[in-house]
Amino acid sequence: MELLVSGSSAAVPRSRWLTLHAGAVFAFLYLPIAVLILYSFNGEGVGGFPPHHLTLDWYRTLFADAPIWDSVLNSLQVALAAMAISLTFGVPAALALDRAQFPGKALFRRLVLLPLILPGIITGLSLLMLFNVMGTRLSLLTIMLGHGTALISVATTEVFAGLQKLDRAQEEASLDLGANYWQTFWRVTVPNLKLPIIGAALLIFTLSMDEIAVSFFLIGRDNTLPLEIWGRLRRGITPEINAVSAIIFVFSLIAIVFWYRLRVRGERVADTGV
Amino acid sequence: MAVTLPPLLWVGVFLLTPYLLMFCYSFWSVTPAQTIVHAWNLDNYRELLQVRVYWQTLLRSMWIAARVTLFSLLLGYPLAYFVSFYAGRKKDLLYQLVIIPLWVSYLVRAYAWKTILGSDGVLNTLLQYVHLTRHPLEFLLYSPFAVVLTLTHIYTPFTFLPVYAALEHIPRNLVEASHDLGATPAQTFWKVIFPLSIPGVLAGATFAFVLSLGDFLAPLLLGGPSGIMISNIVVSLFGAAYNWPLGAAISLCMLVLVVSLLFFSERLEKKWSFS
Repeated sequence: MELLVSGSSAAVPRSRWLTLHAGAVFAFLYLPIAVLILYSFNGEGVGGFPPHHLTLDWYRTLFADAPIWDSVLNSLQVALAAMAISLTFGVPAALALDRAQFPGKALFRRLVLLPLILPGIITGLSLLMLFNVMGTRLSLLTIMLGHGTALISVATTEVFAGLQKLDRAQEEASLDLGANYWQTFWRVTVPNLKLPIIGAALLIFTLSMDEIAVSFFLIGRDNTLPLEIWGRLRRGITPEINAVSAIIFVFSLIAIVFWYRLRVRGERVADTGV
Repeated sequence: MAVTLPPLLWVGVFLLTPYLLMFCYSFWSVTPAQTIVHAWNLDNYRELLQVRVYWQTLLRSMWIAARVTLFSLLLGYPLAYFVSFYAGRKKDLLYQLVIIPLWVSYLVRAYAWKTILGSDGVLNTLLQYVHLTRHPLEFLLYSPFAVVLTLTHIYTPFTFLPVYAALEHIPRNLVEASHDLGATPAQTFWKVIFPLSIPGVLAGATFAFVLSLGDFLAPLLLGGPSGIMISNIVVSLFGAAYNWPLGAAISLCMLVLVVSLLFFSERLEKKWSFS
């Protein structure tokens, strides 16, 4: 049957235009990334074409730039805290949505998922008003609370999807064989959810590292990396930003490859397990 | 179940309460001495209706968001169709290639467009280098065009994802059946594939529209005076202009707009989904 589909000659003439279109879209998606990597080595800074005098100067300036590294440390703290908060509340939320019946469940589901689709400005401002009314001073802590709350949506969606695929018979077997609810949860349910949880954690981490719209309103004295970059962009064009972006891009690529291999291995285990 | 209580409490305190507070703030007012008075009135909403700048900016933001949505679909849909139906063994790789730009910081990508579009930027110097123009084109940067281009770049992968997911869920034997019964590829696409992908299109379009409608960073960075969007007004009301209640009223209007859009697109998606 598959032979028939891939061999259907009817598809051929159309796919030429589609291939061209796909190539053009990829060019559009990667053009800015190529530019920023190329210009991070450009001796004349950010303008001009073609780039002249390739240098590593911007990387050297970057490594000597203490405020940037402070902001990187701040962002790492925020991302780790956000990860902890959103997993702590997002995993039980997914379990509750999958298994429990309680009044207001539909509202709860919508509310949890709302920050995922809502423009960051609304989440950021509403939290700003909350902290203002509570008399909380803005600091990294308020950003952690903001990211943690907004990203519960990510933890919940990922883990909920994992729960839907879960084979309930395993849990029933565990209960039948005399394990109590908690033993079953920790020894059967959680190990089966390992992959969605790791996936959610990675996603939350990267989203938090890059988040700016919510942080914009909750920032105290200490900047996160995106806000530090934002401040510099507002003051004028600095090629150092290209360098730091290129570095972040390479790290993201490593994270993607890591995650991808983890998932492929997970699928292979799942396939052989059946 | 004990597991429901902690998330319920947390969501109640940090999500529900803030939205309710936004609602309350929008009915309060601010004195000339810049203190917020908790006296309930409709002044903010009256001002919103009467001052034209707010309306015009909201309409302009919706127009920018609509263009971003259209362009993201025009770029994302055929790409998703190509990857899902024609990519063969390269499918996984191409899919990952669409996702990777999402991992590059939003700010950095917006800033890269600034490098490309600026008057001594990559595009202008390139155009002069090949003698297509003699002076830099000024309209490229600091215009709604720059904002639409940048946001399209950012939201194309976001529209690609749900469309791709919808296309992947189409049973391939339906497509085969259509071919076998003598339909041309165009007929198969318009009568079988496209209708079945509509839920994905709706989800992608909603995503692109809502997120670009609320954006305030791209306009600040690349928009110039003619590219100001509604969120920029909100930002200034919460900052230098110090009128939180009015800012809250505008935000609440945005929230209502967004939530009703989500509601309608969800209903439409249900209507169009098979099974």
